[in-house]
Amino acid sequence: MQFECPLPQADHDRVQIAHGAGGRLSRELMATVFMPALNNPVLAELDDQARLILPPGRVAFTTDTYVITPLFFPGGNIGELAVHGTVNDLAVGGAVPRFLSAGFVLEEGFPLADLQLIVSSLGQAAAKAGVSVVTGDTKVVQKGQCDGVFINTSGIGEIREGIDVSCRHLQPGDRLILSGTLADHGIAVLCAREGLSMQMSVESDSASLNAMISAVLEVFPGIHAMRDPTRGGAAATLNELASASGVGIVLEEEAIPVHPEVRGACELLGIDPLTVANEGKVIIAVPSNGADAVLDALRRDVHGKNAAVIGEAVGDHPGVVVMRTAYGSRRVVEMPLGEQLPRIC
Amino acid sequence: MKYIDEYRNPDLVRLLLEQIDNAVSRPWTIMEICGGQTHAIVRHGLDQLLPSSIRLVHGPGCPVCVTPLEMIDRAHTIAAMPGVIFTTFGDMLRVPGSHQDFFSVRSRGADVRFVFSPLEALQIARDNPRHEVVFLAVGFETTAPGNAMAIKQAATEGLGNFSALSSQVLVPPAMRAILSSPDNLVQGFLAAGHVCTITGLCDYFPVAETYGVPIVPAGFEPVDLLNAVLKVVEMLEAGETGVVNAYERVVSRDGNAGALRVMDDVFEIADRTWRGIGVIARSGLRIREKYAAFDAERKFDVGHIEPKESSLCMSGDVLRGILQPEACPAFGKQCTPLSPLGAPMVSGEGACAAYYRYQRAWGA
Repeated sequence: MQFECPLPQADHDRVQIAHGAGGRLSRELMATVFMPALNNPVLAELDDQARLILPPGRVAFTTDTYVITPLFFPGGNIGELAVHGTVNDLAVGGAVPRFLSAGFVLEEGFPLADLQLIVSSLGQAAAKAGVSVVTGDTKVVQKGQCDGVFINTSGIGEIREGIDVSCRHLQPGDRLILSGTLADHGIAVLCAREGLSMQMSVESDSASLNAMISAVLEVFPGIHAMRDPTRGGAAATLNELASASGVGIVLEEEAIPVHPEVRGACELLGIDPLTVANEGKVIIAVPSNGADAVLDALRRDVHGKNAAVIGEAVGDHPGVVVMRTAYGSRRVVEMPLGEQLPRIC
Repeated sequence: MKYIDEYRNPDLVRLLLEQIDNAVSRPWTIMEICGGQTHAIVRHGLDQLLPSSIRLVHGPGCPVCVTPLEMIDRAHTIAAMPGVIFTTFGDMLRVPGSHQDFFSVRSRGADVRFVFSPLEALQIARDNPRHEVVFLAVGFETTAPGNAMAIKQAATEGLGNFSALSSQVLVPPAMRAILSSPDNLVQGFLAAGHVCTITGLCDYFPVAETYGVPIVPAGFEPVDLLNAVLKVVEMLEAGETGVVNAYERVVSRDGNAGALRVMDDVFEIADRTWRGIGVIARSGLRIREKYAAFDAERKFDVGHIEPKESSLCMSGDVLRGILQPEACPAFGKQCTPLSPLGAPMVSGEGACAAYYRYQRAWGA
């Protein structure tokens, strides 16, 4: 009589199908990889759901899925990006981010050491941003059916009293402030992906901005709109703001901060920095009497040290974004057509 | 020297504009040949800053735009063949053929990849020995040496699964075709700076002499372009003809000998059809017989191709500088970058795309 051993062969350094099956290996993965990195009382209950108490008032809720390639890039990795992106989406709505969920799809054969690094980064990013990962899920698919790791994070935050920001609130005369240099993330990822090396390294700007945004709202709660220019870059964000609010926007080309290495890479590759993804920047539309205070508050934060006023909203050409060049000529900054660089976040 | 800063310096730009203003005494029509120059002009708004008596018209310097529809259809057909990995520069992906573009070919299961250089396509061929790897070799003299190198390298390595589909064209014959047309309005040229880097200036002297025009090879930054416009204007005002190099930091009289050698080894001059213009004698490059095994046109039987040009598309007139893009009735209406009728609306160097991107009418 032949007995087949029912216990799965333990390949200790790679993800296996059984890790996503909800049984022994799943619990082992939870105990050795996820809990140490993400531990908090709610998650530790390991129930099918997280049970939370939220104070009364408005709640912000957002979700994002991260399929970036490569998983590790100059300045970050998919784990911390999965926190930063979702935290920022809450923060730009005037919300204090509180709780995240984290769903993982893992490819069979993915090195556990890399997974450890990714989850550890995710945990550290969450701790730094002051959010807890309170619930999660892990699935494993066969080799070739996903690209290493995909992560979905959803986030809940409490919207501050008295804060009412919306892409529809821009008024003619509002100043447009950008919190720092454009295109760092997209160019860093592109260079890593294509194996392009520049003389000075370009790093992703991936960062949680909730503390910086808190400081800004503290000094000037009357901000009209905030957006983080991720896919599609500043060009997409500004066009969205102009359209939604029915105002025109005029930008000053000389005022837009771009690192020289990033500008060089963009020129070389024929890419407009305005269309490249950022993962640690915010665009703020503020009434002109608040611009100085907002700029000050941004510049006092490490993530906002290159903040600058880059333009203003106007009553002319509603829905259209125009760039004034250094020479006084003008051109339209149009909504980018499609994905210049796929899988950028 | 930081080329971007120095050659975009607003003070220098202002100075050159002043000098142009002082030099000009009557209307002139000047053509810039290269699509990259068109985009630079429109992006920096240089045509808005020049005196109104200077009219800049845009030439057929967009190799994607002038690639005949039949060639594009051929490329799409080859890309759709099983076992083919089709590689191309990114700006070809959305160029419409008679029935489809590469994106729609890809969405039906074809393996179409964009590459930054033909050497990448070579590597794909090495990495995929059981696939046929085809590279769409589009361009003027600027890309011809690189494409020639790729073919030569494939031959050296015996990379039998690599081939190139050549749609290479030459600038001087196009200039002659424009200048000899009865409705020609062009009085002077900004020649394509990077084409001239390869070829040198020798082919341009006879054109300048035969047709009595000034030809000034120009770069791509605002200072380069305005400096070249100034030189053309000065020559026109003085009734001078000939070739004056305004891009001396890169262009030499004799060009790049090594590049010209490899081009000559791999390619021979042939008649070519230019989309929207027609056949121009001895205006293109064909892969020589000795490299026939690497010529996708000979290698793949695509059957009969019946190209179907849009009746609304006026790209031919745009490419010859007779029609400004925004004067085309379909511009911005039936023809937009998302639903282009012709290549100049899609290509990174197309005049229509440049106008659409940077100068779409913004209402009141």
